[in-house]
Amino acid sequence: MSFKLDVDRFRDAVTELIRKAATQLPADVTQAMETARDNEDEGSPAKSVLDYMLKNADAARENSTPICQDTGTLIFFVTIPEGVSLRKIESAITEAARLATKKSYLRPNAVDSVTGKNSGDNTGVMAPNYHYEEWDEPTIKVELMLKGGGCENVSDQYKLPDGRLKAGRDIDGVYKCIIDAINKAQGLGCAPGVAGIGIGGDRASGMVVAKKQLFRKLDDTNSDPELTKLENRLYTDLNKLGIGPMGFGGLTTVLGVKVGAAHRLPASFFVSLAYSCWADRRCAMHFTESEVSYD
Amino acid sequence: MIKINLPISEADIRKLKMGDEVSLNGIMLTGRDSAHTWLLNEKPTEARELLKGSVIYHCGPVVKKVGDEWHFVAAGPTTSIREEPYQGPVIKEYGIRGVMGKGGMGEKTLNALGEHGGVYLHAVGGAATLQAQAVKKVHGVLKLEEFGVPEAMWIIEVEDFQAVITMDSHGNSLHKEIKAASDKVANKLIGI
Repeated sequence: MSFKLDVDRFRDAVTELIRKAATQLPADVTQAMETARDNEDEGSPAKSVLDYMLKNADAARENSTPICQDTGTLIFFVTIPEGVSLRKIESAITEAARLATKKSYLRPNAVDSVTGKNSGDNTGVMAPNYHYEEWDEPTIKVELMLKGGGCENVSDQYKLPDGRLKAGRDIDGVYKCIIDAINKAQGLGCAPGVAGIGIGGDRASGMVVAKKQLFRKLDDTNSDPELTKLENRLYTDLNKLGIGPMGFGGLTTVLGVKVGAAHRLPASFFVSLAYSCWADRRCAMHFTESEVSYD
Repeated sequence: MIKINLPISEADIRKLKMGDEVSLNGIMLTGRDSAHTWLLNEKPTEARELLKGSVIYHCGPVVKKVGDEWHFVAAGPTTSIREEPYQGPVIKEYGIRGVMGKGGMGEKTLNALGEHGGVYLHAVGGAATLQAQAVKKVHGVLKLEEFGVPEAMWIIEVEDFQAVITMDSHGNSLHKEIKAASDKVANKLIGI
């Protein structure tokens, strides 16, 4: 039986998804930030900065205003039941982005790269940005990430082997690239952030794998034991760098490290880092013919 | 927390040290890329009195207009290093005592802060709602039509706007220190 899509209801549900993503820090991120704050030394700038970030997150939730004025790129990962029209989904999401901008949940963030003109409503060529998958559930799942510019600017991609880092084409080489990238970023990506890492793929698909990792809850466990080991090693060692919240120094440089992998060409070995700022704004929506829920 | 009332004197700004946590009160201006080139190339008179002894804040806010009055909705810092080529001359030309943004700045600005007497104030990135709440009143705006909302110079009155001094007038930069220390750790972990 095919899924009946009520386009208006879907558009309104996505508008609410955008509002939630822009104004509500996810529970697992809040939890990690609180743990980090309690862990930092008494009287340190790191502790007071984390405290200020948490107070801001509270105020944003309460007032329904953006956590950060850079409401980022809208990146949608949509999973649909068989037979749902992608054109209808896209047009409803585009409309939702316009509405959310009008309601000041979003800053107008889509600039024409040739003319320099801001479209004013967050829509344009590849804006919003979509990825699609299909599944057997009678539900449309929409995962949304608001990816800010500061943290996108410090995201990076390496090609192994890397002579400077003495990094070979193996997991240890991946480790070296990520230590280097986070060290280069310092506080510029609004640390403490989350490192989403994609091993392999091509230059585009590797970065998609990296971005997808950012949807994982911070307290989940990787299904691949080899990658779990890498995540734990990187998490421990990145926090030894001493960069700390906003780069002021401290014990917390990253809140989480999530790694995924894709098959690669024999000739290529890319390591992609999608870095998210502490304001790790993501939200998922489950939309059925009769109900909608957010997570 | 050290309370600062704007405008501030050279003697008082030189008392501030890297690592101090401060609370800003009084009138300051926002300004980013377009504003800095305007200030340098055209030397406008309307910004001169306002900037003297005050702070320039690297910020592109989300604003809303209620009746005739502007309000700040979200107003966190943007990355400061883009203004590195202009910041030193702007500090000296206008007698600015504080530059506020995020990420810190380079040697040229650090030298200008030392010569003229000024500090770099680091505001917390991504804390835009709280920072907008510290903006009590918008007194006006310069170059709104020409530069657009994010790039215009907003004249704002703040109360208890919190920041950390990460570069002072004595040649200290927290950014340089943290980077030097983390480079050592990173090289050891990487094995180079």
